[in-house]
Amino acid sequence: MSPQEEKHLLSQMLLIRRFEEKAAEMYSLGKIGGFCHLYIGQEAVAVGAISALLPEDYVVSAYRDHGHCLAKGSDPKKVMAELFGRIDGLCKGKGGSMHFFDTATHFLGGYAIVGGHLPVATGVAFALKYQQKPQVVLCFFGEGAVNTGAFHESLNLASLWKLPVIYICENNRYGMGTPVERASSLYNISLRGSGYGLHLEQVDGMDVLQVRESVTRAVDRARNKQLPSFLEMRTYRYMGHSMSDPSHGHYRTKDEVEEQKKRDPIQQFFKKLSAEKVLDEQTFKKMDQKIQQEIEGVIAYADASPFPPLNTLTTDVTVEGTR
Amino acid sequence: MPSILYREALNQALREEMRRDDRVFLMGEEVGYYQGAFKVSKGLLEEFGEKRVIDTPITELGFTGVGVGAAMMGLRPVIEMMTFNFAILAMDQIVNNAVKIQYMSGGQFRVPMVVRGPGGPSRQLAAQHSQSLESWFCHVAGLKVVAPSTPKDAKGLLKSSIRDGNPIIFIEGQELYSQKGEVPEEEYLIPIGQGEIKKEGSDVTLIAWSKMLHLAMDVARDLEQKGVSVEVIDPRTLKPLDVPLLVSSIKKTHRAVIVEEGWRFCGLGAEISSILYGQAFDAFDAPIERVTGIDVPMPYAKNLEKAAIPDKERVMAAIKKTLN
Repeated sequence: MSPQEEKHLLSQMLLIRRFEEKAAEMYSLGKIGGFCHLYIGQEAVAVGAISALLPEDYVVSAYRDHGHCLAKGSDPKKVMAELFGRIDGLCKGKGGSMHFFDTATHFLGGYAIVGGHLPVATGVAFALKYQQKPQVVLCFFGEGAVNTGAFHESLNLASLWKLPVIYICENNRYGMGTPVERASSLYNISLRGSGYGLHLEQVDGMDVLQVRESVTRAVDRARNKQLPSFLEMRTYRYMGHSMSDPSHGHYRTKDEVEEQKKRDPIQQFFKKLSAEKVLDEQTFKKMDQKIQQEIEGVIAYADASPFPPLNTLTTDVTVEGTR
Repeated sequence: MPSILYREALNQALREEMRRDDRVFLMGEEVGYYQGAFKVSKGLLEEFGEKRVIDTPITELGFTGVGVGAAMMGLRPVIEMMTFNFAILAMDQIVNNAVKIQYMSGGQFRVPMVVRGPGGPSRQLAAQHSQSLESWFCHVAGLKVVAPSTPKDAKGLLKSSIRDGNPIIFIEGQELYSQKGEVPEEEYLIPIGQGEIKKEGSDVTLIAWSKMLHLAMDVARDLEQKGVSVEVIDPRTLKPLDVPLLVSSIKKTHRAVIVEEGWRFCGLGAEISSILYGQAFDAFDAPIERVTGIDVPMPYAKNLEKAAIPDKERVMAAIKKTLN
């Protein structure tokens, strides 16, 4: 990897971090409504994984989709406008935090029923194979989803039919407020996929380069051999499940959260790059300032965008004609 | 015009659309080598191969979701439910994904897919395999629901459904697969949303679809002998409903009876009644009568099963009530 590419990964993680911090602020100001699930702490997974893709590859996500969407290349202004429920949002204000879609970046959606999007991603891979296209699809979900039937049905079909899909489980240790040990019969989540003959890996999800390497291997299998993979990324979310619970919640201790922050993906990666003399403290600060300035512009754009006109209420329910 | 079976008409529709458009594929349990539990897909594997006629494991949620993803990518999936009873397992994919993706994405993605298969009570199959669920689907904003009663309608409507740009629930009458009827040899389409007067009449409008249409026609023929002129209307598409056709009939007959196999409470007949009262209240000379399934899980015992679904006597009695 070139120093330039490494710096790009760092700046992408930083962009997601600053974007999410600002989203939290905007939520408390009432600019953002509904459920808002922040990604802070998990940035290395989205950035590392998506950096292993080509722009024309596809991504499907769950309800914690801000990071994935930004990493895939969506315009942060449009992403924030969607959070604000404005007409210039990615989905004209109809999707909101949990339902981002972006045709331009091949981002095929955020879905809010746990596990419900895994069959959809499997279908995307099915279509790619049917159409004999060279692309692959990445499907992100939390560790809670591995207990659903949709997970097992999807992995079975993908392996049976040899589909170019990479299932990425972001094991952040908590399905809402329930620790994985109280929800899953095996803590070793990667083993949950072992009944289906897919390629399995367990990865340190706080290390952006490890994530990238692991996904690169999986993408190669998918693109060149049309074989699915199941990757478990061990990560951690610093904030609550959503904006409606405090950051540590009553289901974990402050000490635990502080302990986990020592593995912070951005700080860790900066230290590595700094040690390798790729960038110094000063340059890092400048990078951060530039991103924070950009986020100010993002907020201004979202806030200036009008609410969707009322005549859009009933558009896009069904379409006329054929396709 | 050749007379063919309902199942053959459906088979022709699939075959013609698959020949016309290589984005169309059929997926479901036993659709390929077994040639369909009800033989609707007979011969399709032979003609189109495993790529386009796809046998799945028993996994309704999984393969319906695969259809959703494939449709988003530009394919035209036809997903067969071995029976619509099993679609309950795929409800999350249908209700939360197929029908909402277009709206949630602000129109960026479409999900043009057909979920089809047999529905309706059938011959002592008991509670879990014998029920009418069309009202469930009609309730969901954005879903179109089609339920043809004749071979001709089945073929023309399935072809239109496959070409439509939206998710469509296409409920075939499980008891109708062996019904015969005339089907044009030349290519034709029946528009979604267009009902049909199956028999003209002037005294009362009888509204029925799928298997119940045949019961309604039977009753109408009997009453004709007794001097009562019954107009029978088959909406064919339950959603969108051909309201103008129904309203114009009410304005002619001033009476209506709705026959449905589904449960009474929150049934489709209740919605149709409400629409007709709203749009033609002054035209009515008698309250609308609804003949429906009884609000019980379907019993196995033959006599109890018969009592649970509409029959000739109940429809006759309802018509009589509107005429008095």
